[in-house]
Amino acid sequence: MRHVIVGSGAAGLAAAEAIRARDAAAEIVMVGREPHAFYSRPGLAYLLAGTVPDKQVFIRGRDEIAALRLDRRTDDARHLDLARRELHLAGGAVVPWDRLLLATGAAAIPPSFPGADLDGVVKLDDLDDVRNLIARAGGAKRAVVIGGGPTAIELAEGLRARGVEVHYLLRGARFWAHVLDPVESQQVEDALVAHGIALQHQTQVARVVGHRGKVAWVETTAGDTIKCDLVAVAIGVAPRLELARQAGLSIGRGVRVDHRFQTSAEHVYAAGDVAEVRDPDTGEGVVDSLWSTALAHGAIAGTAMTGAPAGYRRPPSLNVTRLGGITITIIGAVGQPDADDDLVTIARGDSLSWRARPTAWTLTGDDPARRVRVVVGPRHLVGALVMNDPAAARALTRLVRNRVDLSALRAALDADPPGALARLIELGAAAGAP
Amino acid sequence: MSDPLDLLARVRLLAEAVVTSDPERCVQCGICSYNCPIGIDVRSHARVGAVIVDQRCISCGECIARCPRDVLWFGPVEDAAEDLP
Repeated sequence: MRHVIVGSGAAGLAAAEAIRARDAAAEIVMVGREPHAFYSRPGLAYLLAGTVPDKQVFIRGRDEIAALRLDRRTDDARHLDLARRELHLAGGAVVPWDRLLLATGAAAIPPSFPGADLDGVVKLDDLDDVRNLIARAGGAKRAVVIGGGPTAIELAEGLRARGVEVHYLLRGARFWAHVLDPVESQQVEDALVAHGIALQHQTQVARVVGHRGKVAWVETTAGDTIKCDLVAVAIGVAPRLELARQAGLSIGRGVRVDHRFQTSAEHVYAAGDVAEVRDPDTGEGVVDSLWSTALAHGAIAGTAMTGAPAGYRRPPSLNVTRLGGITITIIGAVGQPDADDDLVTIARGDSLSWRARPTAWTLTGDDPARRVRVVVGPRHLVGALVMNDPAAARALTRLVRNRVDLSALRAALDADPPGALARLIELGAAAGAP
Repeated sequence: MSDPLDLLARVRLLAEAVVTSDPERCVQCGICSYNCPIGIDVRSHARVGAVIVDQRCISCGECIARCPRDVLWFGPVEDAAEDLP
C-alpha cells in the first residue's frame, strides 16, 4: 500500500507515525514545500524571542525519523488526479498513490495596503520567516506590528525581546475582541505596555512608504507617520485549498471531511488546519488552527488510511497561549459579542468554535491575577477561559471535555457565584485525568 | 547556601512528587528540555503525557516554571507507578 501525504506539518507527521505504527511494510511518501526536519510551529514564537536556540525547535530525533522510513520529497504538489490516483509535483515527478492525505495546513493572509510588497514587510508563518525576522531584527530600530490574535502578539513580543522598538497598531477598540472579554483584553494590553510595546487603538495602516524598495515609514489612517524598518503582519490564516479545489473536492471553510477524515473523494483524506470537521453539537463545519487538534486529526486520519477502525468526535477546542507573559487557557465556547477588526479570518492558535455564544451565562472570578471566566449552559460547562491558574485550567478543562452534569450545582451557581466557581474547580479537580 | 526549608521541601518533592504532563497542552516547543539542568529530554515525555521517571531528575521544577503553556506540574508519585522501570 502506498500512502502519499501532502504536507510536513503536525498533521502530516502524526499521520505518518500512525501509519507506520500499524503497517511496517507500507510505503509512505511525504511531499512538502519546506526542506526542514519536523519542527514545532508554535515553538517558533520562542525562537523569535530568543527563549530557545534554532536547534531546539526540531521535534524528532534522527532515530525517530529514520524509523518512520519516509520517502520525503521537497517539492510543491501541483495537480491531484483522482481518476488515475496520481499526484503531480512542480518538479515534474508523478507520484502514484493508494491513499492520499491533504495536510497542507494554512498560510498567512497577505496584507492589501499599498506598499505591502516592499522589502521589510514580514510575517511569522514558518521557520524561514522566523530566521528572516531574526536576521532583520539585528539591524532594525523600529517595527510596526499589525493584526490580531496570538501571532500578532508573538511578533510584537519577539521583536521587542530582540531590542526592536515596537508599535502595535490595532484597528479595533481592544485586542482579540471576539475571544477575550474586555477585562482580559485590558490585562493583555497592560502587560504588553509594561514590556515596552507602544499600543495604538483604532488605527489602520493607510500605506507603507518605501525608499529604494525597502520599508521606510508607515502612514496611518489617523494621519500619523511612523518611521520604521519592519512592518510585521498577522491578520489571519487561510487553509491552503488549491489542490483540493483543483481536484474538485467538496469545500466549505476548509476541505470537508467525515468522521474518518475522508474527503468527498474515496481514499482521499484531509487533516489539520486545512480540514473542515463537523461539530457534533452544532452540526456546523469548523476549522481550527491548533497544534494539538492537527496532531489528533493526523493520528486518526493515518489510522483510517491503513484500514483500521478509526473515528473522530470533535472535542471542544483547547489551546493554551502566553500573551504578554500571561498564560491563558481557552476551552470550548467563550465567544464575545464584539467583532474583531484585526483578523480577516482566524489566527494561528485560534478556533472558529471559540466564537460561539451559546445560550448561557457567564461567571467570572474576582482575582485579577488569576482570572477565571466560565460559560455555563443549562446542564454543562460549555467554555472556560483561565489566566495564570494551571490547576483551575486543568480542572475546568475536565468539566468541559467530560460534559460533567452540573444540574445539581445549578441553584448554588445562582445563589452564590463566587462560591459556585470554587466548587466547580473542586469538582473538576476531583474528576480525574483530563 | 540553600535555605534549609527549601532543602526540606526539595527532599519531600523528591520523595512524594514527580513531574507530570498533559500532552494536549504541549506544543513540543522544547523549552523544558532546553532548561533542564541535567539534560533530561523532558519534551519527549511531555508530548506523550508520560511522567518523568528518570532517576537523574532532581525535582528542581525548572521545566515546570519555564513551560509557557502549563503542560507540567508536580503530581503524586503514584502516577508514576506504571511508568517505573
